[in-house]
Amino acid sequence: MIRFDNVTKTYPKQNRPALDNVSLEIEKGEFVFLVGSSGSGKSTFLRLILREERPSTGEVHVLGKDLAKLSNWKVPHMRRQLGTVFQDFRLLPNKTVGQNVAFALEVIGKPRGTIKKVVPEVLELVGLAGKQDRMPGELSGGEQQRVAIARAFVNRPMLLIADEPTGNLDPQNSVGIMKLLDRINRTGTTVLMATHDQAIVDQMRKRVIELDQGHLVRDQSRGVYGYQH
Amino acid sequence: MRAQFVMAEIWIGLRRNLTMTIAVIVSVALSLSLVGAAMLLNSQVNQMKGYWGDKVEVSIYFCNKSDQKDVKTTPNCASGEATQAQIDTVHGQLDKNPLVQKVYTETPDQAVVNFKKQFPDSPLAPYVTASSFNNSLRVKLTNPALYQEVASQVEGQPGVAKVDDQSAVLKPLFNLMNTAQWVALAIMVIMFGVTLLLIVNTVRVSAFSRKRETGIMRLVGASNFYVQMPFIAEAAFAAAVGAVLASGMIAVGKYVLIDMVLKKQITLISFIGWGPVISVMPLLVVIGVGMSALAAVLTLQKYLKV
Ligand SMILES: Nc1ncnc2c1ncn2[C@@H]1O[C@H](COP(=O)(O)OP(=O)(O)OP(=O)(O)O)[C@@H](O)[C@H]1O
Ligand SMILES: [Mg+2]
Repeated sequence: MIRFDNVTKTYPKQNRPALDNVSLEIEKGEFVFLVGSSGSGKSTFLRLILREERPSTGEVHVLGKDLAKLSNWKVPHMRRQLGTVFQDFRLLPNKTVGQNVAFALEVIGKPRGTIKKVVPEVLELVGLAGKQDRMPGELSGGEQQRVAIARAFVNRPMLLIADEPTGNLDPQNSVGIMKLLDRINRTGTTVLMATHDQAIVDQMRKRVIELDQGHLVRDQSRGVYGYQH
Repeated sequence: MRAQFVMAEIWIGLRRNLTMTIAVIVSVALSLSLVGAAMLLNSQVNQMKGYWGDKVEVSIYFCNKSDQKDVKTTPNCASGEATQAQIDTVHGQLDKNPLVQKVYTETPDQAVVNFKKQFPDSPLAPYVTASSFNNSLRVKLTNPALYQEVASQVEGQPGVAKVDDQSAVLKPLFNLMNTAQWVALAIMVIMFGVTLLLIVNTVRVSAFSRKRETGIMRLVGASNFYVQMPFIAEAAFAAAVGAVLASGMIAVGKYVLIDMVLKKQITLISFIGWGPVISVMPLLVVIGVGMSALAAVLTLQKYLKV
């Protein structure tokens, strides 16, 4: 599903690499936490998978493809097989909940009939049945993140990437979001989530990958957030 | 791709950026009307040059039958129509003159053809026959300034009705129109520069104001084309509106300036009709839309990366 081979990423005009010689593999269907202090390289790791950044050296394979060999115009197609969720929700404030989810389908040219059918389905799945016509501003943070997850999941991606999805939420809402991601994972979708949330990681007992200043320092199945924190 | 959805996005973009869009429309309209004016000026010059145009400097007209009666203006024609021998004599002298580069003959029959070419709309055209014209020689000089020396050689020879310094009549007019063309071209280049900057800036602002949308589009895997298309379509649409305005402006300009004013005051010159005006219009649309879309594409390469 995902394979990093000796991946180093140094941003322009930086002397310390954001990721330093990282190698690891994530199998289909896994649920993986990516932890580490601020600046340890978690978001960089995720951006390399999305091909928003390219590695300085080493190879990144996603869904069986070497991203270095993927030409620019094929990148959108690759991204359609991934779902992404962020800390800041990234919803369009002037579109309704339903339109926000539909937007993701419209811009990849899905037919209108399909959109009409799958949008209510996925909204129900994330627990927002009946809130289709609300504006994002009228929803709680937890509900907005559910809209974002609905949008990420509506295409039934093979892989869901979440960068601190609970970072802006209170503990109660965070638990709700984690339950939702767990359910999505049970449908067979691989979930990779970067987080700072110790309680969640400790509770879920999933595979934990820890980065420290760009180095891979721990890769533990059924792990906890960390010993030293 | 869903046309209705795309149209809605374009409309939102245009409205969000209304002042800039208007600036682009006006700017495109002005530069394109200059393009149109320059093109029409060019057709006008070509039309006025007619068949002989800038090929000759001196025209020598021989006597025909009607000149015989008109002794006052053509005293040299009292003995009637010029004979072929007289024509050949003058032709021979010109051929030997080192100042002469080339001599063309125009018979009355050829003159009819040339007239009809130059004045296709003239109300006189159906009545023009060979008898309206003289036999003539058209002379190209090695140095047009030495017109007088050649003219004095042939003037007053038997059979010669009249010698015209073609350049004396038309050259100043051509010079004026050439200058006008250059001025229009220079203003046009400046206006195009301003227009391009405006389009680039508008597209940039537009792309920036929709960073959120385009970010999400890229995230969910919208193709580059789909992400960029609304911006390109916006620029092209504004340019198309500008081109239509420009077409209207040159049509009004031609009607007011040529049909209402010049045509009534200057009857000697054959002015362009609606044909060239109408054929310029689609060109303006193509130039405007093409330029604008291209500017948008290049701008987006920089501001909307994958
Ligand atoms: N676009 C960029 N240009 C230059 N340096 C960058 C860029 N993005 C990140 N970095 C640097 O790379 C390192 C890793 O950043 P990254 O965002 O991956 O960390 P992170 O683990 O996601 O941190 P956080 O937990 O705060 O989100 C940091 O030192 C950061 O300053
Ligand atoms: Mg981060």
